[in-house]
This record gives sequence, structure tokens and C-alpha cells, in this order.
Amino acid sequence: MAFAREALRNIFKKPITEKYPFERREPAEGFRGRPIWDMKKCIGCGTCVRVCPVKAVEMVGRGREAIIKHHLERCIYCGQCAESCPTKAITMTPEYELSDTDKSRMLHVYERK
Amino acid sequence: MSGSTIKIIIGPQHPALKEPERFILETEGEYVVDVKVRIGYIHRGIEKAMENRTYLQGLYLSERVCGICSDAHTTCYVQGVEELLGIEPPPRSRFIRVIVAELERIHSHLLWLGIAAHEIGFDTLFMYVWRDREVVMDLLELVSGNRVNYAINTIGGVRRDLNNGRIQKMLKGLKILEDRTKEYLKMIGREQTVLKRTVNIGNLSKSDAIKYGAVGPTARASGVKRDVRVDDPYAAYDEISFNVIVEDGCDCLARIMVRGREVLESIHIIREALKKMPDGEIRVRVKPRIPPAEALSRVEAPRGELLYYIKSNGTDKPERCKIRTPTLANIPSLCKMLVGGYIADVPIVLAGIDPCFACMDRVLIIDKEKRKAEVWTLDMLRRYGREWYQKR
Repeated sequence: MAFAREALRNIFKKPITEKYPFERREPAEGFRGRPIWDMKKCIGCGTCVRVCPVKAVEMVGRGREAIIKHHLERCIYCGQCAESCPTKAITMTPEYELSDTDKSRMLHVYERK
Repeated sequence: MSGSTIKIIIGPQHPALKEPERFILETEGEYVVDVKVRIGYIHRGIEKAMENRTYLQGLYLSERVCGICSDAHTTCYVQGVEELLGIEPPPRSRFIRVIVAELERIHSHLLWLGIAAHEIGFDTLFMYVWRDREVVMDLLELVSGNRVNYAINTIGGVRRDLNNGRIQKMLKGLKILEDRTKEYLKMIGREQTVLKRTVNIGNLSKSDAIKYGAVGPTARASGVKRDVRVDDPYAAYDEISFNVIVEDGCDCLARIMVRGREVLESIHIIREALKKMPDGEIRVRVKPRIPPAEALSRVEAPRGELLYYIKSNGTDKPERCKIRTPTLANIPSLCKMLVGGYIADVPIVLAGIDPCFACMDRVLIIDKEKRKAEVWTLDMLRRYGREWYQKR
């Protein structure tokens, strides 16, 4: 019966679960979500391609003409690319609703303008 | 009917098991008289995959060996690599490692407490505990940037610093956790629903715990004072004073109590670490290539002693990386605990060691032509190893 008090106390409380997707919680500050590339800063050195543990980043072309392809379905959001980038061209956004049923929509291509 | 036994097979696919592993129980009436374990259903080949990745990429792979104790795995891995390199991480980073490791221990133990409650059919407690576990999950997200795979460790330090705002939020969260855990411990000690299913169930005497080499909370619940944090201090554990929690109950209740009290001790460790944490750098830069050497690293994961052996060969990839997780060390003790008990108590006894089968699984050789699967003995493995290296 030791739990009776605790159970009674909980009857009058609001449910703890959030009604996602109607109620959406903001992630904590510094959360690692989808990485984005700022192609103005990118110098095409290929560091992000080399350090990525899951080969989620692909680079087409070389140097300042290079195009970055980011395969979101492989990304593990470790943030190593953002950390290793010498020009800080990669930022981890707090975006977290990233699942999709179509693989082609999960490929993000960053082109130079 | 005396003398005749019936085999009951649990697993590989079974509702009481969260992961596929096979237990063959010899039963006499309601009693279990013998247990045979067959592992190898969920081997993922992570050790081999490590050899094809650079040290930095291997770090993220080691994190994914276990979803619950992911920080313990990375800590163990980076300690090994740092030993190979012969570098010392900065003091502040060692304290941050302790803080994240203890937060993880709290989350793992609360998770286990919920699972244990679920296994004895007490789902109310399971819901309550998991509700309060969200507090520590939020703290982990705040500190590291993710709820599960924290990626806080890196070779030569940690990746993220703690600022004052985060520390204040953490202290607030720890207060809630402390109150709730104390409340649960008090309630569990008096609640008949729990006591009837756990007292004198799954006994493992102190001498057996030593004989079968039990580790972690399983050993400590049998009165064996065994803790890597004290026996072989790593990170900043040598600068923090804390008690090793030991219970003499030797049964499932003792295993619950050890973990519950360890949560309180972890909260104490985090507070101490936050107080003593020095200012300064959090990481040192390291070279990607590592000179040929061997390293053995030990960490007290929430489930017990975790061991990494890493061998480097001068390139940027390890030659060999061996992982021994605590569940594997606890399997012999588990067999001992099950013998003599009721069949109905098998789920809670199984859950008592906090098994994580996918982490510990060993390889099974499947011969496609002969249509046969077999577990290799040590001799067979040695022979194979010698031949493989000669061919290379």
C-alpha cells in the first residue's frame, strides 16, 4: 500500500506526456539537428567528407567550384563535420523533424550561386 | 516423476526478452535445475568495422555499441587511444567526463528500475520512474546536445564546455531527481508488490559472485566491493570522494536497492565534481596517426566493468579493437542465479543483471555449404587467427 499516496497524488495531476505533434517542444540550446552548409564560406577542402564516420557527405568537383551533397538518411548528427570545418561553414541547426518516406527528399544539395 | 526433466526454451524470440538470445532451461516441475545459454544471435561485427575506420570515426562507432551506456563506451575508447598517444586530457575535460558519466549512470539505473518493475508486473512504478527519468534525459541533452548518443568525448578531451547557465539548470534537475529517488527507495522498501517478487529471488552468494566473476551492481548487490572507479581510478574519480554502494541481500531486491542508492551517490559525485571543476582548456589537439602500441582501458559502465583493448600499427586506423562488455562477464553469474528458482521468476532474474545482449554478443560461425552453425572454441579461434595472419 506504500504506493497508494503517490497514486492518489497523481490522479489530480495533468498528464506528463505532450500531445505531439499538436504540442511541439523546443530542443535544448546547443541541440545537434540537421547540419547546413554555408556555401559562401565553403572552400571545398573536403574535410567534412573525410571526417564523416558514416560517409553522409559527398563532394562533387574540387575547390571553390565544389558542390556538397548531404545524405540525410545516413547522417548520425554527431556534428564532427561542423567541428572540423576550417572556415566554420557548417552549422548544426535545431531542426529535428527530419524523417521521410522518400529517400530522394532526404538528399540535400548545396550549390554555388 | 522424479529425475525426469523438461526442457523449456526461452528465446531467441520471446516476449520476455528484449533482445534475441537463447536460454535453455532444464526444469523439474516448477523449478529450474539447469541453464544453458546460447549467445550469438545479434552479433554486429563492430570490432571488425573498427579496423576499417580512422580513430576519430571509430569513436562514433564505439558510441553505438550500446544505446544506454554510450558515454561509457566512448570514455573507454578515448582513454585507450589517449594512452596509445601518450597524452593527458586537460583537467577540466576529465571533470566533464565524470559529470556526463554519472548523469548517464542515473539515467541507466532509473531505466533499469522501470524495466525491473515492468518484469514483475508492476507497470505503475515503471511509468512513474520513467516519467522522472525524463529530467535526467533533458539534462543530458542540455549538457551534450543529444538525448542518447551524446558525442561529448573526443580524443584529447571533450567537445563541449559547461557554462554557468547549464550548471544552474543541472543543479535544479539534480534536486528533483534526488527527492524522487529517495521517495522511490522508501516506497519500494515497504511495498509488498515489489517485496514478494524480489526478496530471496535469484540468490547469488558473495563467494559465488567472486567465483563467477560478477561485475558492477550485480557483484555489489552480493556484497562484493568491486568498482573500477575506486579500484583503478580514471578521469577525475581520484579527486572526488564517494562511497561504493554495497548491499548484502544477494537477491533481486538488493539489486534494486544498490542501483537506487547508486543514483543518489551519483548525484553526490556530480555536485562534488561541479564544485571542484577547475577552469581552463577542455581539449588538446592530437595527430591522426598513432604510433604502434597497445593499450588496455577500463571504465565502470552503469552495468559494470567495461574493457577496451586497442592495438595501433602506425597508421590512422587501429589494427585491433577488442570490447568486453559487462553483460558478458555477468552471464556465468546469471546461470547460477537462475538455478533453483521458479520458472515464473526467470524474467526478473534475467533483468536483474541489466542485460544488454547486443553489446556483448560473440561471433557464431555459419557454414553455408555444410548448413551448420557452431560456436568456436578458443583453440579453433587461435588456429583460425594464426592462419588468417599468415595468409595476409
